[in-house]
Amino acid sequence: MTARLVRTACSLLAVVLTAACTNYYEIPIETPIRPKLDVSAFQRVLVAGFIAGGSEDVDANLETVRLLRSQLRTKSELRVIDADVLPLMDVAAEEHSVATNGDSSNGQEQQLAAVIKEEKDLEPYEHIFANVEYWKRIGEEYQSPLIVTGTVMFTPHARSGFVQREQEVYDSFGRRRVVPIRTYMERKGFILKPKFIFIDGRTGTTLHSETFREEILYNANQTTPALSSYFELMDRLIPSFLSTLSSQKIKGTRVLLK
Amino acid sequence: MRTCAALAAFTLMLAAAVPLQADARSDAKKQVEFGISVAQRGLWREAIYWWDRAAQMDPTYAAAYNHLAVAYEHEGDLDKARTAYEKAIELEPDNALIKQNYELFKEINDRTPRKDGL
Repeated sequence: MTARLVRTACSLLAVVLTAACTNYYEIPIETPIRPKLDVSAFQRVLVAGFIAGGSEDVDANLETVRLLRSQLRTKSELRVIDADVLPLMDVAAEEHSVATNGDSSNGQEQQLAAVIKEEKDLEPYEHIFANVEYWKRIGEEYQSPLIVTGTVMFTPHARSGFVQREQEVYDSFGRRRVVPIRTYMERKGFILKPKFIFIDGRTGTTLHSETFREEILYNANQTTPALSSYFELMDRLIPSFLSTLSSQKIKGTRVLLK
Repeated sequence: MRTCAALAAFTLMLAAAVPLQADARSDAKKQVEFGISVAQRGLWREAIYWWDRAAQMDPTYAAAYNHLAVAYEHEGDLDKARTAYEKAIELEPDNALIKQNYELFKEINDRTPRKDGL
């Protein structure tokens, strides 16, 4: 009799506890976020081009221009200017050669790498972004838009080490359990490191710049096309890019207690 | 004798205060429930009104502040949301659900430029 009473009390307690545990509502919310940059002075945006390097399998300049233009077309109020992508590397190289010819006394000038393989190769090209006259000229050509430019490094990357993954195990009663196990794995993937620079097309000056870094790693024996990885990584940082220019709504859920 | 009288008076006061507080909580709960029902229909400004009333009726009711914080978040008033979350956590520091909401809020808030432009 006592045992039955205890069992009943226990099951009642379990019901009460379960009810107590689900004593809340989940509610979807959309948080509006103000843009980081006040772009009210601009009606148009020109995604000019990027100095890009890293993997030879992806033209990071062209792909970034295409992707940003299409995102801005649908997710911002600015009109996107369709124009040829600027060959910024050539422009920077030309400027560099003019500067070095004019100043032969400086024997330690930075050499421009013909192909940008790593981040340090980018540095000698970056002076182009500070060239106010150049950007002002571009601005005049396109009726003073907001100009988006910068650098994009998309580099292959490999890393080995212990990783934690989940594995199914069955005990002697046939019950399934998922347990974390640590295994040594050789992985390869890509690192995407873009720096977006926003330039005022009326004055040629830089308004804002922001650097991002995303990486992805796969099993060494998995073959993932470089372009797929590029888009996967860009997908992660596009909301942050867009939130610089236009107000965004971030969807989420919150808990309301009963 | 005087001590006994004082004790009796204190006990009486306590006995009267407990139902008063219970009444305040029960009234506040009604406001909170009504606020939830309007929020679920997307009427967040009205929900703020009801949850604000609940917080005024029972300033120790953590849920009312939590709900206010969620509503302010939805309206984009992140400063008010932070204040309300902090109050809710101050009242119920061990409430995992409130803390979870606050963590999610902070993640968004950190990505947002402040009004003073910093």
